[in-house]
Amino acid sequence: MNNLANKTSIKNNKHEINKKDKIKILFRRHGMALVLLAMVVLMTVLSPAFLTTRNLMNVVRQISVIAIIGFGVTMVIITTGIDLSSGSVLALAGVIATSFAHPNQYPLIVSIIVGLLVGAIAGSINGAFTAFGEIPAFIPTLGMMIAARGFALIFSDGRPITNLSESFEFIGGGYFLGVPFPIYVMLLTAVISHILLKHTKFGRYIYAIGGNAQAAVVSGINVRKYLVLVYTYAGLLSGLAGIVLASRLSAGQPTAGVSYELDAIASAVIGGTSLSGGVGTIPGTIIGALIMGVLNNGLDLLQVSAYWQQVLKGAIIVGAVLLDKKKNR
Amino acid sequence: MHAEYVLEMKNISKTFPGVRALNNVQLKVKKGTVHALMGENGAGKSTLMKILIGMYRPDGGTIKFKGKEVKFKSTHDALQAGISMIHQELSPVPYMTIAENIFLGRESLYKKTFWVNDREMERKTEELLKQLEISLNPKMKMKELSTAYTQMVEIAKAISYNSELIIMDEPTSAITEREVEHLFKIIEWLKKKGVSIIYISHKMDEIFKIADEITVFRDGSYVDTCSVKNITKEKLIEMMVGREITQLFPKEEAEIGKVLLEIKNFTRAGKFYDINLKVRKGEILGLAGLMGSGRSEIMESLFGVVKADKGEIYIKGKQVHINSPADAIKHKLAFLTEDRKISGLFLPLSVKDNMYISSINNYIEKLFINSKKVNKDCEEEVKLLNIKTPGLDQIVNNLSGGNQQKVLIARWLLTDPDILILDEPTRGIDVGAKAEIHRLMSKLAKQGKAIIMISSELPEILGMSDRIVVMHEGKITGELTRKEATQEKIMSYATGAAS
Ligand SMILES: Nc1ncnc2c1ncn2[C@@H]1O[C@H](COP(=O)(O)OP(=O)(O)OP(=O)(O)O)[C@@H](O)[C@H]1O
Ligand SMILES: [Mg+2]
Repeated sequence: MNNLANKTSIKNNKHEINKKDKIKILFRRHGMALVLLAMVVLMTVLSPAFLTTRNLMNVVRQISVIAIIGFGVTMVIITTGIDLSSGSVLALAGVIATSFAHPNQYPLIVSIIVGLLVGAIAGSINGAFTAFGEIPAFIPTLGMMIAARGFALIFSDGRPITNLSESFEFIGGGYFLGVPFPIYVMLLTAVISHILLKHTKFGRYIYAIGGNAQAAVVSGINVRKYLVLVYTYAGLLSGLAGIVLASRLSAGQPTAGVSYELDAIASAVIGGTSLSGGVGTIPGTIIGALIMGVLNNGLDLLQVSAYWQQVLKGAIIVGAVLLDKKKNR
Repeated sequence: MHAEYVLEMKNISKTFPGVRALNNVQLKVKKGTVHALMGENGAGKSTLMKILIGMYRPDGGTIKFKGKEVKFKSTHDALQAGISMIHQELSPVPYMTIAENIFLGRESLYKKTFWVNDREMERKTEELLKQLEISLNPKMKMKELSTAYTQMVEIAKAISYNSELIIMDEPTSAITEREVEHLFKIIEWLKKKGVSIIYISHKMDEIFKIADEITVFRDGSYVDTCSVKNITKEKLIEMMVGREITQLFPKEEAEIGKVLLEIKNFTRAGKFYDINLKVRKGEILGLAGLMGSGRSEIMESLFGVVKADKGEIYIKGKQVHINSPADAIKHKLAFLTEDRKISGLFLPLSVKDNMYISSINNYIEKLFINSKKVNKDCEEEVKLLNIKTPGLDQIVNNLSGGNQQKVLIARWLLTDPDILILDEPTRGIDVGAKAEIHRLMSKLAKQGKAIIMISSELPEILGMSDRIVVMHEGKITGELTRKEATQEKIMSYATGAAS
């Protein structure tokens, strides 16, 4: 009797999702995608050079490095953390990887593994301090941001490391089936990160830790272990981004990637990742990165002066997130 | 015309995406009375109150306060007009003092400056607390206070606005009988001053003690309003749930077997000393005591959340070492904690994620989560526990308080535990669902599980336990069988009078 009554009431509730609600939900879920779409439409109207295969590919290639970092940063932010060291770790991984990538020296895989390893180690140090030192991630990652840059300069003696093998330069500069290779790297990383986040225990735990760390402990989650893993993964991706960038620049630059961490954080947040934790997705971060990319590209095409570009960029980032918040009320 | 009504809400409706929370309801409160608002979990009580104080915008309807139509845009407006609210979910600022919390948003300033006058605020707070006979120092930080005292401070805060209408949304769900009596004294005093009160609670005894009139909602619709004098408990329950509930504590006899869990010489300095406890297969052990008697702390240490200084744990006669909740879960323990917001729920996550997080290993196949299996099991729990949600993907923060509690119960059932530790398992749960949860406890005991239940509600302890252990200030002061136990005996052990 009671069960019956309840079943019908659940059913009724489902039926009540009407059209207006549907539009609301659609907008709530895909608000930033719509913003991106609006920007694309606007640019197409304003500049004939925008909607060409070449230009679009260019945009995506330009965001690939930021996006790769952004995927790791997204996970870190979901746990209520932050990673300020991405840009510097990228540079450190870049100079060390390139020093193993001179022609006829080692197989390509060695330099790649070295680059990834450098990133992962730096990340695990970030994670260990955050998890075991119980200090806010801001501090250890700020320290790493400064120190890793220092190490990059020490290691390279302040000079770019050049004379790289052809195969290494392919990673960032090559084309496959007419599409720049970094785009494949980005897509592959995106798919892996997305699967990790949505379909594995690791991912569920990341959301849980960010949603309520204390409840996570009581639920039997080894919070410290997973925090270290998250930062390690973020570091690993910074290392990967370092390899891609060094390859494209044909040099391990100790000064590469300055302030990339901020662009990565911005991409994640524009893409709907909540700084208060527990919320965020990889597709969202891709959209966030694309919005930044289209913005840069668009302002270039419209020949806005570099100084004004900065002002506009700042304003548009804040505006976009504000809009996103508004529609949730 | 309706001068006697301080508040008249008419034809109020509110829809959230996928949920019709309120459907043309009304509420009329007479001046100087205590008006109880009753209904099952998810009936829409809190939603109506949030509409009243301007936190939510209604889809339609009118609100008249003191005879004038009002439309509050924010809680600030409502406070200004003379309505304050004690929320179901406490929200203190933990690192600020009591005085700062009470005067949050309306700090006293030195004359014509921007300089906050702490001394003035502390003086006023001291006066207020004295008037309410709450013995706390205004300079204490909120985080130093127990849940019960935090609740008392919230009550004091609501009163400090000198409002004409005070809303109390389940003010007694976190406090013991002693504080409840204290609160009732305060309410009587407020009534004498002509203040009106809207009182929401699932505890029947309270309603009949304190309320003048009752309004009942069911599934977002208005049922009826009547005077407390003209209604019986049974009739009221029937109005709320739409059917009769024959048995409030459906305790069934289970076969009591071997000792499943034993703790010996458990000690954590400052919290509990030399605790020896046993619980058997098929047994429900009730842990009684006042707030702060150390009951929850023992369970925290048993479950590996905070390590005990000393003591041993035996499961099925074998000594085990539990260093973390993960260890405890491995040994088939489950722990429903007392404060669902602080140590239970993942508020931004979905109902589903909240449910299977502790049993996730059962759903991993070759590294990936088998969503089909997750969905199937979670659907089953939703049905079993009658959880009101538009779907498994609903964000748990959007459920009503009682349904959130059921989600947590589902989490632990999914781990298929042998030993269940339930700390205030029916806090904030309506009568109908409460009986269902009690029936579930009986069923689990019959299946041969051992249950340790902490409860501050004596009728629940008496109604459900096979054996009752009473604590006072960190020590066990008495043990009673189901037959021996009475309310008086438990209270005398709990206050330390009997030992
Ligand atoms: N912000 C929200 N978004 C979506 N649904 C909501 C939101 N707030 C409440 N609801 C839904 O509205 C209904 C009424 O909830 P409400 O909190 O008012 O219940 P209640 O009567 O206070 O229950 P309880 O006794 O459990 O506290 C529930 O079905 C709940 O899930
Ligand atoms: Mg409520």
